[in-house]
Amino acid sequence: MTSARNRELLALVPVALLLTAGFAAVFSQENDQVDNLSLIYGAYFLAICLATHVYLRIRLPNADPYLFPLVATLTAFGLVMIYRIDETLARDQANWFVLGLVLFALTIQFLRDYEVLERYRYTIAVAGLAVLLAPRLPGIGQQVNGAYLGVKVGPIAFQPAEFTKIAIIVFLASYLREHREVLIVGARRVLGVTLPPLKHFGPLLVVWGASMFMLVFIRDLGSSLMFFAAFLALLYVATGRFSFVVIGMLMFLVGAWFFASTVPHVHDRVEIWLHPYEEPEGNGYQILQSIFAQADGGLFGKGFGQALITVPGTNNALLPAAQTDTIYSLIVNEVGLFGAVGVVLVYLMITARGFKIALLAGDGFSKLLAVGLTSVFAIQAFVIIGGVTRVIPLTGVTLPFISYGGSSIVANFVLLALLLLISDRARREAEEPAGRMAAMGSPA
Amino acid sequence: MNRQIVKLFAFIVVLFGVLVGFTSYWSVFDAEALKEKDANKRPLLEQQQIPRGRILAADGTVIAKSVAKGRGSAKRYVRRYPEGALFGHPIGYSFVKYGDSEFEQFHNEELIGEGSEFSSIADELLGHTQEGNDIVTNIDSEAQRVALADLESAGFGAVVAIEPSTGAVKVMASNAPLEPNRVPYEYSKLSSNEVERPLVNRASQGLYPPGSTFKVVTAAAGLDSGVITPETPIDAPGSLEVEGTPLENDFGEDFFGATLDTALTNSVNTWFGQLGQQLGNDTLFEYMERFGFNAKPAIDLPEEEVEESGVWDLENEEVLTASDPVDLARVAIGQERLLATPLQMAQVAAAVANGGEMMKPQIWKRVVDPDGRVTDTMDPSVYSKPISAETAAELTTAMEGVVTEGTGTNAAISGVPVAGKTGTAETPGNLACGGGENENQAWFIGFAPADEPKIAIAASVECTEQFGNDVAAPIFADVAETILNGE
Repeated sequence: MTSARNRELLALVPVALLLTAGFAAVFSQENDQVDNLSLIYGAYFLAICLATHVYLRIRLPNADPYLFPLVATLTAFGLVMIYRIDETLARDQANWFVLGLVLFALTIQFLRDYEVLERYRYTIAVAGLAVLLAPRLPGIGQQVNGAYLGVKVGPIAFQPAEFTKIAIIVFLASYLREHREVLIVGARRVLGVTLPPLKHFGPLLVVWGASMFMLVFIRDLGSSLMFFAAFLALLYVATGRFSFVVIGMLMFLVGAWFFASTVPHVHDRVEIWLHPYEEPEGNGYQILQSIFAQADGGLFGKGFGQALITVPGTNNALLPAAQTDTIYSLIVNEVGLFGAVGVVLVYLMITARGFKIALLAGDGFSKLLAVGLTSVFAIQAFVIIGGVTRVIPLTGVTLPFISYGGSSIVANFVLLALLLLISDRARREAEEPAGRMAAMGSPA
Repeated sequence: MNRQIVKLFAFIVVLFGVLVGFTSYWSVFDAEALKEKDANKRPLLEQQQIPRGRILAADGTVIAKSVAKGRGSAKRYVRRYPEGALFGHPIGYSFVKYGDSEFEQFHNEELIGEGSEFSSIADELLGHTQEGNDIVTNIDSEAQRVALADLESAGFGAVVAIEPSTGAVKVMASNAPLEPNRVPYEYSKLSSNEVERPLVNRASQGLYPPGSTFKVVTAAAGLDSGVITPETPIDAPGSLEVEGTPLENDFGEDFFGATLDTALTNSVNTWFGQLGQQLGNDTLFEYMERFGFNAKPAIDLPEEEVEESGVWDLENEEVLTASDPVDLARVAIGQERLLATPLQMAQVAAAVANGGEMMKPQIWKRVVDPDGRVTDTMDPSVYSKPISAETAAELTTAMEGVVTEGTGTNAAISGVPVAGKTGTAETPGNLACGGGENENQAWFIGFAPADEPKIAIAASVECTEQFGNDVAAPIFADVAETILNGE
């Protein structure tokens, strides 16, 4: 279906222009001149995007035409923001972007028949959870701000939670595809509340346990919240039982409340969230500076490259973790409420396209996988933007495709590849339903 | 499952809506309150990134400028005051850590270049760095230098010189002086010095008993209200019993049948005390208010750094009005609880000099943008018209007598007719002066040339054992001469 790819190609043009304009703005701010380096960067970016586009044209001609340009928009925006913070970080990020696209291509190449994932679902789940433990291992584990989020082997550091999220979604999609009927049919009403059958309750309890475990052992409130919310989203879509979601939420809240009052790190995060002004120079510094940076942005922002990130004349951070956690606050500061709403809208459009893919998908696994991947992506964006805007406690989750970080970029490109794979098949089937279904043997 | 997917999407739309809501709240609706928070150093640090405009004297002397420190993203601007203490008052200071004061504070927006909202949005979109505007003041640097030097040899006090026809403030000197360059290094020392009080601009904040200089206001009220004419005689005995205590003239001298000229020339207390009683509360207070008493002067200095002149009830920290019980005879001669700032008394002199029309006193003259364009110029504006031109002329004649043959002969300038009035208020036991019993507040207010006034001046010296004619009048003469010679 060439028209889809043509639309994709067309949509990439404004993305490259945005990147060029962004770099030009940052350059002119820093050097008082428009360097043609910004054009070169824009050209590189466009070339890489075109190569990806050509690859998609060959491998997935029917895939959703808007997802890649939307993601490229976020990546371009992220590159400009990171470049503006630190040139060397931007170079790293550009390399991660290329590596992400390589894994993106490899995923598309080798997981064309992504049903194989179903066969290995338990392996994938166990592997996903196992790497989560890695940060607690002596020698390779890293503790950041009291949470065990990173692994470092030699020069390579990565955050396992980014990959675990995909593994867990694959597992849940597969598991719920198989058991959704019994979960619905076997449900009983106890005291006016519809409960899932006990027999199938076990594996779901495992997911809840895994989330609680992350909270306690990894101390990662953000990822824990993200996983569990994605799980509830999938459970709801699979069973249509809102009561399951309510029960799940209650279980999470009870667990989170219990651990918030017993695990110091989690407790602190909640306290800071509720009372940031108690220690404005200590624990509350990051969230307060995040909000102050936003207050300073106003409607239109101060312009690219204008925000203060460190206290002038010192290396003290005025906006801590500007390239990762608080990058959204930096965006509000520099491009204002309008720019930030634009970013949120891009996330919403990606979510909309992801759910569109799920709606079109023919079989249960594809549907649930698309829903799961899209949900976890949207929830991740919500958790970190909500964190820096004080909607929820601030946690160290990355802003997908924008924040600095290799694991995040690479994992999210794999996530995108899976979505495009599902989309390609779904749209191809929608085009030629009869022939395809005959070839598949039986309808899903 | 499709129905659930649509519902789930709707839920995520709501979640993202919450994000937009919170972002709007922080970035727009609550933004002003957040900028005021103590924990928020961002606005100050950002101001430091802007080259603040210069402040210049009328002759181009640089009073304040910004110098760059550091390079690249560490670049920031720090305020320097090349002339040191000379313009410390009324210019004040501006430093990130200690905030700003006086002229620097009042004109902050122009100095950091936030003149027009529209152009700043356009600039932000284009990524232009903000630059401050220069402000040229009316201050005559030579006269300011003379005034401060004279004050430093006379004692703590202040001198204010105003151009009567425009309200342009040409001199505003206050001793003890403020050396603004020292503020970042010894702020706590400067702010805790209770004797010198170098951070206080005595010209606009010093509340002193005006003594006999206030007789100009009483005389103006008498003439303008028609209660007296220049020929009306009043019997003024050497001593007069008022409210249980005798009111006395200098040396107990009697002035029977004296008219205004004689009374003002010799500063006859019992004459003006009786005039005050004849005027009554309502009339005297009405004229005081017309001259600017009972209100803060409309000068370009921060409101909290300008004091209101009037009859002060210091216990309740309020200024009394016509309906409050006061000893009117003593108010009329500048005693009782009457307190006035040197700025206020300079305005009185300027109003008489300007044919009865009081102009709004202004320190700034024009704003010049970074490209050298004049973006704003001070337009002289009338503050009030306390008295008629006729009254002003009659009063001027009487005030000339003070200098030629009366109590203010030291204010005379050779070849130039001077009109003025001395004042010596006794301030025994004033703690600020060390509690001595012979301490006076010495004053001189006046203008020159009397026939075609170019400058009106008030000089006031604290804690002196001398009289107005001895310490204040010579300062008047020096400053007036400097300004007239400079024209």
